[in-house]
Amino acid sequence: MRIVQYRQGTQKLWAPGAGGFHGGVMRRVTGALTVAILSAAATLLGACHRSSSTQSTSPIAEGPLPAGNHALPPAAAAPADDGNWVMPGKNYAATRFSALSQITPANVSKLALAFTFSTATNKGFEAPPLVVNGTMYVITPYPNYLYALDLTKPGAPTKWVFKPKPAAASQGVACCDVVNRGAVYDNGKIFFNTLDGQTFAVDANSGQMAWHTQLGDIQRGETITMAPLVANGKVLVGNSGGEMGVRGWIAALDEGSGKLAWKAYNTGPDKDVLIGARFKPFYPMDQGKDLGVKSWPPDAWKIGGATTWGWLAYDPETHLVFYGTSNPGPWNADQRPGDNKWSAGLFARDVNTGEAVWHYQTTPHDLFDYDDVNEIILADIPWGSGRRPVLLRPDRNGYFYVMDRRTGQVLSATPYGYINSTKGVDLKNGRLIYVADKEPKAGRVTRDICPASPGAKDWNPAAFSPVTGLVYIPHNNLCMDFSGMQANYISGTPYVGADVKMYAGPGGNRGVFTAWDPINRRPVWEIKEDLPLWSPALATAGNLVFYGTMDGWFKAVDARNGKLLWQFKAGSGIIGQPISYRGPDGRQYIAVVAGVGGWAGAIVSAQMDPHDPTGALGFANAVKDLPMKTTAGGMLYVFTLPR
Amino acid sequence: MSSPSRVSLLVLGAAALALAACNREEHHSRAKPIGETVPAGESPDTIFPGSSTAPPLDPRAALYDNNVNAISQGQQLFMQMNCVGCHSHGGGGMGPPLMDDEWRYGGRIDQIATTIAEGRPNGMPSWRGKLTEDQIWDLAAYVRSLSGLPSKDAVASRSESMSAGTPQTLTPHAEMNNSDAVPQ
Repeated sequence: MRIVQYRQGTQKLWAPGAGGFHGGVMRRVTGALTVAILSAAATLLGACHRSSSTQSTSPIAEGPLPAGNHALPPAAAAPADDGNWVMPGKNYAATRFSALSQITPANVSKLALAFTFSTATNKGFEAPPLVVNGTMYVITPYPNYLYALDLTKPGAPTKWVFKPKPAAASQGVACCDVVNRGAVYDNGKIFFNTLDGQTFAVDANSGQMAWHTQLGDIQRGETITMAPLVANGKVLVGNSGGEMGVRGWIAALDEGSGKLAWKAYNTGPDKDVLIGARFKPFYPMDQGKDLGVKSWPPDAWKIGGATTWGWLAYDPETHLVFYGTSNPGPWNADQRPGDNKWSAGLFARDVNTGEAVWHYQTTPHDLFDYDDVNEIILADIPWGSGRRPVLLRPDRNGYFYVMDRRTGQVLSATPYGYINSTKGVDLKNGRLIYVADKEPKAGRVTRDICPASPGAKDWNPAAFSPVTGLVYIPHNNLCMDFSGMQANYISGTPYVGADVKMYAGPGGNRGVFTAWDPINRRPVWEIKEDLPLWSPALATAGNLVFYGTMDGWFKAVDARNGKLLWQFKAGSGIIGQPISYRGPDGRQYIAVVAGVGGWAGAIVSAQMDPHDPTGALGFANAVKDLPMKTTAGGMLYVFTLPR
Repeated sequence: MSSPSRVSLLVLGAAALALAACNREEHHSRAKPIGETVPAGESPDTIFPGSSTAPPLDPRAALYDNNVNAISQGQQLFMQMNCVGCHSHGGGGMGPPLMDDEWRYGGRIDQIATTIAEGRPNGMPSWRGKLTEDQIWDLAAYVRSLSGLPSKDAVASRSESMSAGTPQTLTPHAEMNNSDAVPQ
């Protein structure tokens, strides 16, 4: 692990501490020349210590940005922190920021285990625990157990466990491990989805089921892995299966009864997509009748993916819900000439009716599996004399988007990782510009495509601190070789048509943790991680940022400069989201569930054979060493400061 | 060792080689049809109450196992029927790996054929009625070949399409030491 520091006026300069790669010694380095020389030396040294888990640091930043002059979450979507954690994003603005500040850079080194809990699962654990008024709720990967732990008692004993018993066969149509990305609490109930396509509402006190609704059909390859969002009395749910030739949709269920309020498809005729008079996309490329049909070969939209397996955000002021759509299917793009709307794009819909208000197709005619499902952070940024309501998005395609959330206009799109597959985004017409050399064609192998299919960043969300104004992005540095081939559609089986082989991008490190300044559109500091980063981030008002690595290190770094302040080695790799809450005893706690898996960790959780470079859609080749670095197994870890 | 015995050994050796090659390229295009039901294969690692031995191998196994034509046909089907989407080229993903020496439901070719025909409860689809019996046996022959069990001269040296992966003959394998995976 190395930290790279960026300061205003120095472009992509970085330097290790003079203490080398083992000490973690902080030294202030001034003068660009010294930095450059050290940088060259570090490149050489870095190559020798690629697998080292030690770190070095570089010059400290100038401290937090001046108050009021940086991005802030809108108050309506990010109310004052009550010490609970009721939805994966923390709030509708999806900040993943805790206002608790007992744990600070000064005392975090004393952070110690409070209790642990085995989840009795050995698949990828991506979900955050929830905490509501003295009870913690843990939703597991398949078989999707929901545990309630009593935080008021020593050791947090189990209050109840709810077992939804999803169909076992659903495991065979889940593309990238049998994960679940979280539950949500609202109005006395816990809401979550099961792998076999159901949504459950469970009484938060008693653990009794209130209702359940079957939405997905595994016979068509549909699963549900996403965390629902509850807004304005609606439970919003979408399907997974972009690798199975499904047709993507988002549905709203009545929070009280579970009855379907509305359902909007992400492909097909306007009436199915709920596109009507209110639909006002900003760019001409997204304007026209029935583009969800016309931008595909005949009938291809019926099996074209564009699912809703990622993150939603909600603006209570405009009643707009925002979500992104997945890759189009199959991956072999030769089989689907056209823009393939509305895949790999961003929708804004009225939460009450489902009507589409705007759409922006981030990656038209996706060539590389650049789903558009990443988190959507709501912020208001300084603009002229006032503030402008925007969305912040570290996208899979490698660009950090700042967009007007009222209109879908792209204000900026800046690379936050290494990109050679595209040249940039044309801000006049909104289009992503592909590099011709990197366009895969069936019957040949196209090499060195960056970023690889999991993107510069995949599903694991960034955190946004209103204290520093920075977005903390856990992400990847992976490239790939890609060969397309004819995919046959057989319902209930994969519809991919590509052989992929991934490997580390430039520099050799497979993961990066970046603190991104969305106003000045630049990294403030970076930590290079050996393994891909598949865990979400947590930021706290104590100026700490937490994240986990796939070999099981749970880390706390200084939000201002990236300095590693504390770390703990968990029993399995971490791809789960850390949270922070105030316990019944008034103390601040940090919780995370370890349990390697997901697309990146399937090589361990699915006991894959690393001899096949194309395993797990090509991810296996990039993490061949992982089975020697960690083992599977879900375990909750909760930390606090000693009394 | 005397010279005559060395000659006889050579002759014996040549004969053995020739015999071994017998079914390598055999196509059976005019063979008499045999049983049309894929057997319910029992795992040799399970218990057979009331007896001490596993049931005998299905007689069709000898026609397909280690057979160049069957393996080649099976390889094409493996791509066309989207097996590759779950199992990759043997390394696994959505489905378990096929190139290692662990077999959840038995590694005998008749057991593999049964798995393909009937499906398995944790996500393996049932292909009975979607593929012919002959195709299922071809697929089983190819799946078994992924584990490196058949001789290298039987497997294809390149795949049917351009691939970012490694040809089957060049793919390294972990050492096979599981009782389910012994040659039959």
